[in-house]
Formats: sequence, structure tokens, C-alpha cells
Amino acid sequence: MTEELFTVRNLYKRYGETEVVHDLSFSIASGECLGVIGPNGAGKTTTIRMCLGLTTPDQGSISALGMQMPRDMLAIKARLGVVSQLDTLDPDFSCSENLLVYGRYFGMKDAQIRARIPALLEFSALTSKASAKPGELSGGMKRRLSLARALVNDPQLLILDEPTTGLDPQARHLMWERLQLLLQQGKSILLTTHFMDEAERLCTRLLVLDRGRKIAEGRPRDLIAQHLEPDVVEVFGSGALELSQTPLRALASRVEVSGETVFFYTSNATSLLGALSAYPQLRTLHRPANLEDLFLKLTGRQIREDA
Amino acid sequence: MPHTASIALPYGANSIWRAPAISLRFWPVFLRNLLVWRKLAIPSLVGNIAEPLMWLVAFGYGMGALVGPISVATPTGPQVVPYILFLASGSICMSAMQAASFEALYSAFSRMHVQKTWDGIMNAPVSLDDIVFAEMLWAAFKALFTITAILGVMLALGICHSPKILLAWPFLFLVGVTFSCMALVFNAMARGYDFFTYYFTLFLTPTMFLSGVFFPLTQLPPWLREIAEALPLANAVALVRPLFLDQWPTDIWRHLLVLLACSGASFWLALALTRKRFRQ
Repeated sequence: MTEELFTVRNLYKRYGETEVVHDLSFSIASGECLGVIGPNGAGKTTTIRMCLGLTTPDQGSISALGMQMPRDMLAIKARLGVVSQLDTLDPDFSCSENLLVYGRYFGMKDAQIRARIPALLEFSALTSKASAKPGELSGGMKRRLSLARALVNDPQLLILDEPTTGLDPQARHLMWERLQLLLQQGKSILLTTHFMDEAERLCTRLLVLDRGRKIAEGRPRDLIAQHLEPDVVEVFGSGALELSQTPLRALASRVEVSGETVFFYTSNATSLLGALSAYPQLRTLHRPANLEDLFLKLTGRQIREDA
Repeated sequence: MPHTASIALPYGANSIWRAPAISLRFWPVFLRNLLVWRKLAIPSLVGNIAEPLMWLVAFGYGMGALVGPISVATPTGPQVVPYILFLASGSICMSAMQAASFEALYSAFSRMHVQKTWDGIMNAPVSLDDIVFAEMLWAAFKALFTITAILGVMLALGICHSPKILLAWPFLFLVGVTFSCMALVFNAMARGYDFFTYYFTLFLTPTMFLSGVFFPLTQLPPWLREIAEALPLANAVALVRPLFLDQWPTDIWRHLLVLLACSGASFWLALALTRKRFRQ
């Protein structure tokens, strides 16, 4: 059994009448990347805040690195690295100064921090930007500087709240590469994200939250296999919506309609695709079921009013 | 496995009114502000020093010529002094008040709310209490830098000759502490910069006119004078002015106590309100 680095047990939190987190338990093993996914308002950020001791749970316990939150909050934080949803970089400081000043908050000596800065800049592909201020950096560079800052104390566990939201594909891929490198180095990661490809690529295990409750937990591939048929055929174009009323429906184990598109979930796509060839005006897309299908199945396709 | 252990906290440990818990972790936060200031020191000093000096020179020499020497009550009897000396001793207290207030309102709010600097710091092992303490001390030091430069110019201009004005230095630092503590209360309650206009217009401006900076408190009607004497700035002026006039202040402990009590109570209130703001 691997050592549990971080354990959350039976966490509850309510704000007034609204229950934001309900009986949530999970743990992170050493070297693992746990992804927390869920629609807006699912309780992801509140959970992270409780994990960081910024919000006090109504009930439940959080233990990290053999210590208890919130009692040992500062000692725990000394060994955590945090990248929050919004960048909190110092706009008046250069990249190097941002790292130096942040390292001091951990009680590190200047010489000790300065010795780490070149490697941190190199890791975040910011060596050429050492003396640039955050205002001169692109969105991706800022996020990487935030990541470098979170690594200044060489933490065992990283807590990343939507680390790639708002980034372009190149910047996201670079971020993923760096996070994978950290996992290879043996660091553990707790990550929230809205990107299913990110979750699938990085996370060893996933936690699906909805309305403050855990609705699924497991390895990404296992979850897909457990909840979904292996194949998806998307059909769109004029007359697509009527298909769900025809005998074609029997060829799929499950049919969903979203907007102008019909989704056929099936274990046998061949016969369905054969039958669809009788409708040349329709466009079809045949692909394996993915995490996004799972997410939509578990949390619904509707846009939430509070989202 | 049913497991509903609640978090074991002693009674009141989670109250926003619990005692301040200050540690040496405040120091890197103070250093952070100092490092930013070092980069912007010149424009910042020009703003903090040039303006009060222009007021002093324009009013002191201009109005001073109209008003003539004025008579100030001292323990050794009434003393006749040039208006500019009278004004300088009051306006230096006012400068300390303003420098600390600006820093603990506009600048602290920028760091707390706009730049989210505090949130970033709290992801490191630094508590909110230490951050608020560092901000308070920083604003007081900013006031100290300002008044040090102004004192230097006053000496250079020969407005004041008494070596005793060097003793005004610690008192003026305390004025900085008092007003930064008070400003942090409003910082904790603010939703935007506009909110500070209330504090400046409804509190600091009347304070300025009621604290004996521009004219002696004896000019006020007795009922207003009683209120005025309780104002922290009036107590600060009562400590600092005699030193400028080469006298020793009287009732030192009473004035100090007013400033210290004001600082302590405001800091605690500011901390409680800031904890409430950050607890969600």
C-alpha cells in the first residue's frame, strides 16, 4: 500500500441554506495526481480552500503529511506548493524577484533562494525573462511563473486550481509537460480542471463532484469503461433529430440529443454506421467514448442557472 | 465507514475576535513592501514631501505675514512664536497621519483586493494576522520616512532650531502607527476605492481642522474643544508642538495613552474585520 500524503474525511460545508460540500472523502497517495472535476458550483474551489485552511469545514477532518488542518496549517503549508485560479504575482517585481520574495515567505535564506532561481526559471522556460515583470509576460508565462513560485520551497504536494484555464493550446501543452515532469520526479498533485483532456492526460485518479457530493471516483479509463459504451457516433445535419425516433435507435444502447446533434452510444458501431449510410445528407463522427462523455453523462448536458 | 469526527478546536479559537497572533513571519511581508517602495521611492517621496512642504511654505510665509507672530500657552507662560513654526509643528503630525492613512488605505487595498497579493502570501506559511501586522507597520514606516525627510527640510530652511525636535521622531512614528491601525479598519470594510472618500472627507479632514494644526484649540467653542481634545491627532500635536518650541510636553502619559489605546483598539478591530473578510 502506498503512503497517503493527504487525506480528507467526511468533509461538510454549508453557507447559510446552501450545502456546498456534503460528506466528501478522498486521499492522495505519494506520487499520484488526483484530478477534481465538476461543473461550476460543484464545490471544487471550496474544497481546495478547506484543504488550504482558508475556509473552516463544518465537519470532517483533513490531514496532510502527518499533520492536521487547520491546527498545523502553517507547518503543512511550508511543504505545499499552491497555484491558485487567479495569478497573484507581484506586478512590481521581475520574475526573479517574484521568486526571491516568495521564497522568503517560507523562511528561506536569500542565498538559498537565489541558488534555486536559475533552475526554477529554466524549468518554467522563463530564463530569458528573468528580469521581465509579469505585465510583460503572456498568459502562459504568467502561469508558469506561478508554478515556479509554488516550487520555490521544493514541496512534496502541489495544489493547482485550474492551472491552464485561459491558456492557448501551446501554453497548455507546455504546462502539461512540466506537470508530467514533476510527477516523474515523484511529486504529488491535486488538480482541479474543466478540461477533460487535461484530466485524462495528467491524472492517475479522478474525483467527479456535483452539487458538493462525490458522484464518481477512479482511474479515467476505468471510469469510462464502467459508465459508458466504448463507441460514440455523433450525427448532425438536417433530419438528424428525427433519427432518434426511427428503428435506428435500437442499434445503440443509449441515445442522447443535444442541440442539433444526436449521440448514439454503442458497443457495436459497425451495424449503426451501415444503417446510417442510407442517410447521405447527414454528417457522422465515429469516435471512442471519452472523459467528456462521462462528465456530461454524470453531470448532465444542461447549462446550470447558477453557472 | 461512518466517520464524522468534527474538528477539535478549543472554544473561541475560530472567533474573529480571538487575540492577534503575531509572529516573526511578518518580516518578509514588510520586506516585500520595502522592496517595492525602493523601486518607486523617488516619485513616492516627492508626493509625500513636496506637497506638505508647499503647504507649509505657502501658508507659513504667506499667511504668517498676515497673522503675525502668535502667542502659544506653554508651561512657562505664553510664548510668542512665528506662525510658520506653529504651523510646522502641527503640519508634521498631519503629514504623518496622511502618509500612514494613504498607505494603509489605497496601497494596502490594492495589495489585498486588486492584486490579490495577500492571497498569494497566505498560500505560503504566513498567517493573515502577520500580513495585517506587516501592513500596519509598513504604513507607519512610510509615515516615518516622510516625516524624516520633512524634518530634514525644516531644519535646512531654519524653520526650527531646537534640537528637541529630534525627540519628536518616536512620537511621530506612533502617530503613523495609530493612523495606519485606524485606516486598516476601513480597508477591511471597503468594497472599492470610493469607500475611502468617506474616511478622508468625513473623518480625516475634520480631524485636521480640529486638532490644532492651523490654529490653537483655544479658538474653538468649549464644547467643540472637548471633542477635539479627544482626537488622536490633537494628542499628537500636544506632544510634538512643545518640542518644536524648545519646551517639554506636559501630560505626556495621557497623550501617549490616547494614541496607544486608539492604536490597540483599532488594530484589533481591523484584524477582526479582515479575518471576517477573508473567511468565506
